[in-house]
Amino acid sequence: MGRRRLIALGFAVGSLLGIGLYARRGREGRERIDLYFADGSLVSLHSDSPEAAPLLVHAHDALRAAAT
Amino acid sequence: MTEPSAALAELTEISSQIESAVRFGADGKVVAATIPDEPAAQVAASAKALFEQAAQIGDGELTQIEASTADGSLFVVKDGTTTIAASTSAEPTAGLVFYDLKECLRAVAKPPAKPAAKPKPKPKPKPRTPRPKSNGTS
Repeated sequence: MGRRRLIALGFAVGSLLGIGLYARRGREGRERIDLYFADGSLVSLHSDSPEAAPLLVHAHDALRAAAT
Repeated sequence: MTEPSAALAELTEISSQIESAVRFGADGKVVAATIPDEPAAQVAASAKALFEQAAQIGDGELTQIEASTADGSLFVVKDGTTTIAASTSAEPTAGLVFYDLKECLRAVAKPPAKPAAKPKPKPKPKPRTPRPKSNGTS
């Protein structure tokens, strides 16, 4: 009986941890920068692209300042 | 021309998605903001740096940016020498936010409407002078 409970508890904790990690990864993965040009073209840079990283730093700085 | 701060106040009133907005010039100097001076200057500096760095990526003329992060989104729209940066909560309706920001920039740039011209008073009818009766000889 005790062993079964322990397994169930372990399973529940593992599931919650998995959900948390998945949600966090999903949030981070959604970060992107969309650049709109006068000719109507659009360049979308995702967070994993090397060009997006420095731009996202500025965006984070601005959002942090705006929230204070 | 609409007062810059009034235009921004109206912007945050109209758009439920926009949490704060800062309007600044080509030199990065804050013209109007819905947040206190110090954070507004930081937002302007970061938004200006973001725009300048992003402008080097494409070939054409960059007009607007949407930066989506986990903490929220930052929108930057440039119109001539004036730029407006706005922060929103996460996953806003980008089209609506861009529309509202452009409308705000347009309202600020628009020349003031001329006051309605006073209607000219109607000329008083001239008193009729009785025609001299013709005596039949012409």
